[in-house]
Amino acid sequence: MAITQSIRLVLVMAFMALGTIAFCQDHDHHDHDGHDHGTLQSEDHSGHDHSSHGDNSHSACGGHHGDGDYDPKATAMHHISDANVYTILDAIRIPLPCLVYSKDGGWDFFMSSKLGPGHHDDGHYAYNGYVMHLGNLKRVVEEGFPMQGKVEVGGFSTEYISKEGKEIEQAKVCHNNKPYLLEAKTTLDGGLLGGGITNFYDFSITKNVLSMILVSILLFVILRRAAKSYTTRQGQAPKGIQSLLEPVIVYIRDEVAKPFIGDKKYLKYMPFLLSVFFFILGLNLWGQVPFLGSANVTGNLTVTMVVAIIVFLISNFNGNKHYWQHIFWMPGVPLFVKPLLAIIEIMSLFIKPLTLMLRLAGNITAGHIAILSFVGLIFIFGDSGRSMSGGVIGSILSVALTLFMMSIELIVAFIQAYVFTLLSASYIGAAIEEHEHH
Amino acid sequence: MTGTLAAIGAGLAVIGAGIGIGQIGGKSVEAIARQPEASGDIRGAMILMAAFVEGAALIAILLSIFIQ
Repeated sequence: MAITQSIRLVLVMAFMALGTIAFCQDHDHHDHDGHDHGTLQSEDHSGHDHSSHGDNSHSACGGHHGDGDYDPKATAMHHISDANVYTILDAIRIPLPCLVYSKDGGWDFFMSSKLGPGHHDDGHYAYNGYVMHLGNLKRVVEEGFPMQGKVEVGGFSTEYISKEGKEIEQAKVCHNNKPYLLEAKTTLDGGLLGGGITNFYDFSITKNVLSMILVSILLFVILRRAAKSYTTRQGQAPKGIQSLLEPVIVYIRDEVAKPFIGDKKYLKYMPFLLSVFFFILGLNLWGQVPFLGSANVTGNLTVTMVVAIIVFLISNFNGNKHYWQHIFWMPGVPLFVKPLLAIIEIMSLFIKPLTLMLRLAGNITAGHIAILSFVGLIFIFGDSGRSMSGGVIGSILSVALTLFMMSIELIVAFIQAYVFTLLSASYIGAAIEEHEHH
Repeated sequence: MTGTLAAIGAGLAVIGAGIGIGQIGGKSVEAIARQPEASGDIRGAMILMAAFVEGAALIAILLSIFIQ
């Protein structure tokens, strides 16, 4: 018994060490072989001393992103964000269709392989003024850049400038030794997340959209098979996928729908609750699979916002007169309290979907960031691939912590899907509840 | 400076939520020990309450991310 255990331990240690060597070599390789498009250097030290990406981006036409020191924050942000290319292990890049619209350039449709994404998902080419920076489409806004056709571009550089007390990221692309300012796609956050209306709109099928489509198809196939077996195997004990899903569906029905919505009306909302549950669960688990792109779909505020808005609409459109009476003119309290309560109730009406959206996105994103930080320990301890012994210690720590975090995240994936369904059911239940008294 | 303050704020929010969720967990374990036959209902209520407390903490954390 003891012998098999020690053999197992040795195997695990060997695996970790191999992993470290692979990581270190990979990083060394990128450090030393010098990207041919990132070699434009000059000794100009003016301006941006705040560059995020490495020590060689002091030049006017910056060094290539990814060379130099490891930046945990930028790496984590890059890995949790959406992308226009589906990258698996920084090796396999599945091109995705890009559909973009700009006021001066009109509609454009192309595959993202046209931009030649390479290391760190930075593109090597510009097409009609669009380039790929860290996996995302960006558009050149400065004069003088060839806005038609395909041209080769050099490296990218990122600066942080201070504007109205906020640090704003400004990316630039290099073409013929000259930096050109880039703008990210239009977002509707109103500046809250540093976005806003820019000069182009991105309607592409991105990594998140592709993940959603794939998971939806997968769920359809699985649930269809389970549903079919109720007719083909009528009266018999459940078998296979059916026996896996039946307890889950029965649990949602008996523990979520019935107590919160009520025995009489729950059936009407079951399809919605089950769809939300399996959609969120499927996407949570899809993002958990290692080396499969780690798409952060349910950790994306836009995705959770849409689901939360659907819950908001369903609960309010089904709200009966008691529900609205309790919001605008609470019965059974003194008159001077009624307007106060109305204000609070109207606020809570909007806070409910807001917390629904933030809770899911926050939990999933936090899990992804924690795992990425633990993986980043390898590079921090290993001094960006320069220290072998540090890398070994870092990866022993990293493997242990990452495994721990991933098992926690597996539980979180189920709990968050359950909590979202539970809260949706309770909001719907509160809206359609019948009151006998008052 | 704003970033540091935001980080401290996020930490304070997490302390508050930690105390809250700890109370919920502790009390519901006590309740289940007293009345094991009601464990299903207590667990449901526990997760619901924990989700509300967590929601408040997450709003604080995300605001602190946006502010910096």
